[in-house]
Parts: sequence; C-alpha cells; structure tokens
Amino acid sequence: MVKKRLIPCLDVADGRVVKGVRFESLRDVGDPVELARRYSELGADELVFLDITAGIEGRGPILELVEQAAETLTVPFTVGGGISGLEDARGLLRAGADKVAVNRAAVDDPELLTALAAEFGSQAIVCALDARAGEVVTHGGRNGRGLDAVAWAREAVERGAGELLVTSIDADGTRAGYDLELTRAIAAAVGVPVIASGGAGEGSHLADAFRAGADAALVASIVHERPERLLELKSELKEAGWNVRT
Amino acid sequence: MRVVLADYGAGNLRSVSAAFVRAGAEVVVSTDAAEILEAQLAVIAGVGHVESAARGLAPVADALRERFERERPILGICVGMQMFFGESEEGGCGLGLLSGAVRRLRAKRVPHMGWNSLTLTRPSRLLDGLDGADVYFAHSYAAEPDGAVTVAKVDHEGPVAAGVESGPLAGVQFHPERSGHAGARVLENALAWSRSV
Repeated sequence: MVKKRLIPCLDVADGRVVKGVRFESLRDVGDPVELARRYSELGADELVFLDITAGIEGRGPILELVEQAAETLTVPFTVGGGISGLEDARGLLRAGADKVAVNRAAVDDPELLTALAAEFGSQAIVCALDARAGEVVTHGGRNGRGLDAVAWAREAVERGAGELLVTSIDADGTRAGYDLELTRAIAAAVGVPVIASGGAGEGSHLADAFRAGADAALVASIVHERPERLLELKSELKEAGWNVRT
Repeated sequence: MRVVLADYGAGNLRSVSAAFVRAGAEVVVSTDAAEILEAQLAVIAGVGHVESAARGLAPVADALRERFERERPILGICVGMQMFFGESEEGGCGLGLLSGAVRRLRAKRVPHMGWNSLTLTRPSRLLDGLDGADVYFAHSYAAEPDGAVTVAKVDHEGPVAAGVESGPLAGVQFHPERSGHAGARVLENALAWSRSV
C-alpha cells in the first residue's frame, strides 16, 4: 500500500527561504536546498518550494534553486508559485522539478491544466486550490472567484491534474487542525491523491486529515520551528497505526 | 564506468544523472548512436507519456535495439521501463523488446503517487537487498509483463510490476533517483550488474 506522505513546504523569495524557519546558524536559514536536505534526512517524503516572488521578479533565482535541488535531493519535490503558462512549467521541469503546482493561472484559464497534462503527464501536474468557506479564492485569499471548491477540484482532475494541493485559507496559520470538511469533500469527489494543507498544529491533526481521506499532509510552521518535529510526527503516526515511511 | 542517458527531450535527466554520479559513474546525456551502443550501461529514464517518450526516442530507437541484440545492458526507469514493451493503452508504442501490455492502473487513486514497499518475487541482481524497501512511484500506467520477467511488485489495490529483468534488460517502475538510500542501492546494483554482463 502506498504510504501517507508528510510534505514540508518552504516559502522562497529570490532563491532564499524567507519565513518561518529558525535554525541556530543564521547562515543556514536562507538556503532552501540545505533546509530541504535536512528535512529529507529527517524523513520528509517530498518537499514543496513555493516561490512567493514569482511573477514579480522573473524566474531566474528559482530556476537555479531547482537545478541545485534536483542534483542534491534524493526525494521528490514540487515547485509552485507564479506559473502562468506551459513555458514556465517546462523550464522548471527541465531544471529538475518532479512536479509543478499551478494555482491562479489554472483558475484564470482551466485549459492550461489540459495542456500541461498533455505535455508533461498528469503525474507532474499538481493543481493547488485555495478555498475559504467552500469557495475558490486566489491572490493569497484576497479574491473570491465564485467557484465551488469541490466542483473546481473535479474539473481540475478531469482536465488532467494528477494531484490536488488543497489549502484552507480559513485554517491556514491557525494551528487548530486542517479543514476536515473541505478535505473530506474533495477527497471523496476525485480519484487523484489529495494533499491537505493549512492548519497543522500537532500530530493528531495529520491523522485527522488522513482519516478524512487525504493521501498526504503539507506541514509548514509546525516543522519550521523545530525540524526534528518531523521525525516525532512520523513516529507518532506510526504508533497510531498509520502507514507512514520511517 | 560510463553510463549513457538516452536523451529524448522530455525527461527529467538532471536528477537521474546526479544520482548516477553519486553512485560513482561517469555520465553522458546523448542522442548519438555510437555513444549509446558503446557505453557500459544505457539508461532510458523518463516521466510523462509513452507516446511522447516513443516519439522522442525514435532517433535512438535503432541504437537501443541494436544494443539489445548485442546483449549490452539497458536500464529503464519509469516510462523507460514501459518502453521495453509494445503497445500502450496510453497511446504510442514502445520498443517491443519484451512481451506484455502497458495499461492504465485500476485503483481508486491514480496516479499511484508516493512511497510503497517492494516485494521481491524472484532473485534479482538489480533489487538485491531491497525486499521490503520503500521506493517512490509516480505513474498512471504500468507494464503487465507476460512470462516470468517480473522481479518485484508493489501493492496498489492489486499487484503492480515494480521491477523486471530479462537478459540485458532491467527496468524499474519507481524512481531510484528520488528514492533515498534504497534508490541509491538500486543504481549501485545496476552498475555492478552492467559491469558483469
């Protein structure tokens, strides 16, 4: 049986990690590849790099980061943030990303998902979906799109998305647990893996997300404060009977 | 030890190349027939569609077939392993070196995405020491080999062929370059195997 995955997410700007990470040595704080490698040593099943400057300052720094990550990491990684078309995705995948995550551009033009899947295969295309109270939102939650989250999830998959990264803007940053209602509704509606995102504060939250049907859980602040927490989360989940890689 | 990665344009060769370098090989990425024939190990790595892989591989398909006829080792990774077979449900046609079909996975969750535990089904040079190891998969289609070429399987709501070996061919459906220490072991085994063939 395929195992439930824990996926740390790193926010990067200009090729550097920009928030939420507090290591002892300041010099190490900024290097995404080093941090990613540390997480993979601690049992990360995959990693996500989210380029939060993409679209503002071009794609130069992130491509270098992706090349380095591809050569250094021995676990898969996804790159998201600001992918607006086929060529952005091609650049990232050629540089060595295993998957690309598209968010706003797919909502703006759903046909993009069809084209990406046809070109690179569904397994390389993650549709990132942000929702608030069941509605799809973009621009970091500022813009409601008048789209039902479950309906959009279905369409994204029909068009070829091979995985969904489902972030609840309501739960994000609260550490009060994932949005289980949203996770459950989307996991039941689609036939591709679903990654729950937003709200993880403790191990039982991850177990709740898995119980709701998620195949993987994105973790950010919960592990950024203390990366060793990742190891602990895994053993807690294992002890609770979850099929995780240890 | 020289390893040639057959370049067909679509693949993510940087990770595979780096992983072979870590395993101690000298790696070239090439479409050159002589290069593909002469290297000690040729690798067809790949993600995406059999159809686009087949299109991209067309210029080097003859070199790969000749390599096969000369019984020189070829390692197929993911779609590269699927390319050993003929017709694919996904469209397109592989090299037809092994008999069997490539079919879409029938499971509640497709793609089969993530880490899964190998079960060795017979002794294997490539997967020696890896019974029970977790390795990373990302695929929607899988080979269903005829005969006894399957050396390992995983369970994804039913058995999925995870490794094949036959004469100079060795293939894995998972991504050794993205499978941590277990994946590194697979590539080391592949190098040892190709030295001995």
